[in-house]
Amino acid sequence: MSIVQVLFYIMAFIVIGSALFVAATKNLVRSIFMFFITLFALAGLYVLALADFVAITQVVIYVGGILVLILFAFMLSGRETLSILQQQKSKLVNVGKSPALLLATLFFVVMIYVVLKTDADNLIWVKQSITNKTAIKPNDLVTDNIGINLMTRYLLPFEAISVLLMIALVGAAHLSRKEVKE
Amino acid sequence: MINLTDFLIVSAALFCVGVYMIVSKRNAIQILIGIELMLNAAILNLVAFGRYDKINNTGQVFALFAIVLAAATTAVALAIILNVYRRYKTIDPGEINKLRD
Repeated sequence: MSIVQVLFYIMAFIVIGSALFVAATKNLVRSIFMFFITLFALAGLYVLALADFVAITQVVIYVGGILVLILFAFMLSGRETLSILQQQKSKLVNVGKSPALLLATLFFVVMIYVVLKTDADNLIWVKQSITNKTAIKPNDLVTDNIGINLMTRYLLPFEAISVLLMIALVGAAHLSRKEVKE
Repeated sequence: MINLTDFLIVSAALFCVGVYMIVSKRNAIQILIGIELMLNAAILNLVAFGRYDKINNTGQVFALFAIVLAAATTAVALAIILNVYRRYKTIDPGEINKLRD
C-alpha cells in the first residue's frame, strides 16, 4: 500500500468521522467547528484527486468565507437563540430521530449498491482517457489550463455565475437590513 | 493511484450524513450545514471524475462554480434565517408556518 493510499484513508476517515460528529452532537458551536475540520479534510481529498486549485478554492471560500459567515450569523443572533438551542432533549438514542436514521441508512445502502454496480474504474471513457494519456498525472500543471479554459470554453457559465453572485449579494443585503418604521 | 470507487463511497457516506441532518435537525443553521455537506459530496464526485479530463477540465471548473454557488446560497440563506429569527424568535423550521403575520 502506497503512502498516497494511506493518506487517502486517513483523510476519508477524518471526513466521515467529523461529519458524523457534526450530525450527532447537541452543541451547535461544536458542530460548526467540527464542520471546519470536515472542510479541511475534504480539501485534502481534493489534493489527492489531483485538483490543487479546487482544494485552495475550497480552503479560501468554504473555510474562510462560509464558515465565518455561519459563525457570524450564530454569534449575532443573540443569547436567546443559544439558550433555546441548548435545551434539546439529551437522551442517548432519540426515538424521534429513528425515521431519519433509517432513511439515511437505506439511502446509503442504495448508493453503495449503485456505486459498486457502476464500477467506475472500468467505465469506457475512463479507460479511453488513460490510454489516450489525457488523465492528469501527479506532476502535471493543471492550474494554467483551468484559467485558459475558464476564459474561453466556459466563459458563458462564468458570466452567468458572476451575474448570479451580484444578485445574491444585493438580495442578502436587502434581506438583512433593518426594518424601517412607516 | 486511488480508485474512483473509493472517492464515490466517501462521497456517498457524506451525502447520507447530510440527508440525516436535513431530515432530523430542528435548527435551521444545522440544516444549512447538512445542505453544505451534500454539496461537498457532489463536488467531491466532480473532482474525482475530473481527474480523467486534462484537456477540458470540465469537472474541476464546474467544481469551482459549485463552490461559488454554495457561497452565494449560504449568504442568502443566513440572511433569511436572521430575518426569520427576528420575526418569530425561533429558528426551528417546524414552528415557522406563516408567510406573513
